[in-house]
Amino acid sequence: MNKMNAKLKLSKTAKSNAITYLIVIVVYLAVQILLAGGHVSSLMEGLLVPLCIYVMLAVSLNLTVGILGELSLGHAGFMCVGAFAGAFFSKCTQGAMPDGIRFFLALVLGAVAAGVFGIIIGIPVLRLKGDYLAIVTLAFGEIIKNLVNVLYIGRDSDGFHFSMKDSISLHLKEDGEVLINGAQGITGTPHDASFTVGIILILLSLFIILNLVNSRDGRAIMSIRDNRIAAESVGINITKYKLMAFSISASIAGVAGVLYAHNLSTLTALPKNFGYNMSIMILVFVVLGGIGNIRGSILAAVILTLLPELLRGLSDYRMLIYAVVLIVMMLFNWSPKAVAWKESMKEKYFSGFQKKTGAGASAVNTEKKEVK
Amino acid sequence: MKKYNKIISAVMASAMAASLLAGCGNSADGGASSTDGAAADNGAAAGTSDTTTEAGGETAAAGGAVIKIGGIGPTTGSAAVYGLAVQNAAQLAVDEINAAGGINGVMIEFKFEDDECDAEKSVNAYNTLKDWGMQMLMGTVTSGCSIAVAEKTAEDNMFQLTPSGSAVDCVKYDNAFRVCFSDPNQGMASAKYIGENAIASTVAVIYDSSDIYSSGIYEKFAAEAANQPFEIVSAEAFTADSRTDFSVQLQKAKDAGAELVFLPIYYTEASLILSQSSTLGYAPIFFGCDGLDGILNVENFDTSLAEGVMLLTPFAADAEDELTQKFVSAYKEKFGDTPNQFAADAYDAIYAIKAAGEKAGITPDMDMSAMCEAMKAAMPQITLDGLTGVGMTWDASGEPNKEPKAVKITNGAYAAM
Repeated sequence: MNKMNAKLKLSKTAKSNAITYLIVIVVYLAVQILLAGGHVSSLMEGLLVPLCIYVMLAVSLNLTVGILGELSLGHAGFMCVGAFAGAFFSKCTQGAMPDGIRFFLALVLGAVAAGVFGIIIGIPVLRLKGDYLAIVTLAFGEIIKNLVNVLYIGRDSDGFHFSMKDSISLHLKEDGEVLINGAQGITGTPHDASFTVGIILILLSLFIILNLVNSRDGRAIMSIRDNRIAAESVGINITKYKLMAFSISASIAGVAGVLYAHNLSTLTALPKNFGYNMSIMILVFVVLGGIGNIRGSILAAVILTLLPELLRGLSDYRMLIYAVVLIVMMLFNWSPKAVAWKESMKEKYFSGFQKKTGAGASAVNTEKKEVK
Repeated sequence: MKKYNKIISAVMASAMAASLLAGCGNSADGGASSTDGAAADNGAAAGTSDTTTEAGGETAAAGGAVIKIGGIGPTTGSAAVYGLAVQNAAQLAVDEINAAGGINGVMIEFKFEDDECDAEKSVNAYNTLKDWGMQMLMGTVTSGCSIAVAEKTAEDNMFQLTPSGSAVDCVKYDNAFRVCFSDPNQGMASAKYIGENAIASTVAVIYDSSDIYSSGIYEKFAAEAANQPFEIVSAEAFTADSRTDFSVQLQKAKDAGAELVFLPIYYTEASLILSQSSTLGYAPIFFGCDGLDGILNVENFDTSLAEGVMLLTPFAADAEDELTQKFVSAYKEKFGDTPNQFAADAYDAIYAIKAAGEKAGITPDMDMSAMCEAMKAAMPQITLDGLTGVGMTWDASGEPNKEPKAVKITNGAYAAM
């Protein structure tokens, strides 16, 4: 432990990153102990994997929104690509190879497919910025969802059949099986997702993002966010770094999608799960947790996913309460008055622990820019 | 700043742990009120929680053991009308059964959870009900959710009876049964009906390709049409994003000279199609499935447009038989609304559970797996005279056997054909 502290003193970021990993691991161990003791309700047990999925989505979107500084409203589209690519692969190869290997390959395939879509969409889209980029990514997210909804793929002894019309025009033989059935999606995906896998994937995404941010490339990406003209003038290839951040973010969303697909036996691209509602939900996680603050997005994703479920007791009022809580949390986190109040509270109670930080307003700025 | 982070982390970790413990408290409630050995497992945890739910559980337990039936469906969001109908009708049936002495003298407790028509939320709702101590599931209302939940009930071996999950995969496992027709059944029955009664020789179809119910019926209809003496001259789709303007689809049907337009869709869109078709001056025969039930109650809809529409439905709210009349008046009195076919399915589902439960001799102290085995064995043996069919029976595969009824709208009311 002493050795670890000594090492951590060397670098502030390394220490901060280690805390992030540690939180995830401690939570994992705590949950495992509770699970082993049988102290976790079925609801919580069922929510563990979705929590991992939303955490990954929030963390990955934070890369685009917080680190790259571009507003993307099409994140659910990448999740959709990953989910369908992974589920399709699993459905095709189920039984042909051991489950563990198949699931691993499905995860890789989902990441690659979503990453490729990230690049394809990123090339035209990243020429825009701000509101325009947000609108175009929103449109692309919807296009992906609607394309998946008209996709029919079947398989029989002759090989694969493909159609954009309906499952009848696949002309399958007697032994044929419809793999992707348009709007009905994919049913019967094997249930491979588990909390352990989810946590490993979260740690992996954190590792990728935190290391990227603290690397030379990451600094280039952040320089684009902070001042595009200055970055360009020192010779940073804007398109390359923008695409890099965008496609990595898409890949991680794709992995989250694969996990999603392997957690439920039915996968359909509805507005609810892959539409812009979902994209905005993920954006809410990011904004609420603090733009650019990875640890904050994890916490926000966990709280906002748990909240509607824990409020079930209120039946009809739960959606109302949920919205009210959302507004209150947003105000508490971001309104200047609340920030100043938090600062004064912090100084009052924790001044013994720490050296005095700057005044409230400047603290907000550093918090925004600094990546923890 | 960095030291402050440590404090945040500590608070965060404890908050997460606390939320898990909160969940644990719920589980203790469920365990305590199920009044069997399972409570002992959670005994230690139960001691820590003294919420109102537990108090409720204790009063129920004090008044004698109850059989806990859970229900899942959308009560918020765009499909809320179906979920609410199921919730209301099931509650109505449960109240009636309890007033008449319950299942073998045992009272039923019914609890309904919202799933927002989302498969993921549906599984959450299922887990919530399990924590509550549910022993049988009457749900879920929509097909997509039903498939996801069926996976879980099969894992837990819990008896599941879906009132309206019509996709084929909803009853894939042997613990799952349904009350409604499956989609392929409806498509096939419609095609056969049109063919055998020689209603038309050219048929156009307008369906919702983004909806499992609608595309499921259409596919089977098209497959069966090949064996029937009529021809599908146009098949046009719309999606959930474009369900307000149907003039293109209608124009194509008109140009193709279709004598009959088959509408395997829900009544909201159908009412628009009917009024737009009359604007176009196109008057074919309209033929629909059970989703069209409710078209006469659409607000601001000129019911004279629906004159002559044929539909294949197991339930009509203005049928003359005593059971339907009693149900409709009780429902209207309690909820101020005319029940639709979903409500009828749910009402029948609860009575089917009662019939099978009496046959199997279930008792409240059975655990869900033993109860499921007993119910599974009893389901194929019962015959139910319900709202959606007389003399309904079930196969071990989970499919119901009942006659589809074709009705025609004449003078603003359903008339049997």
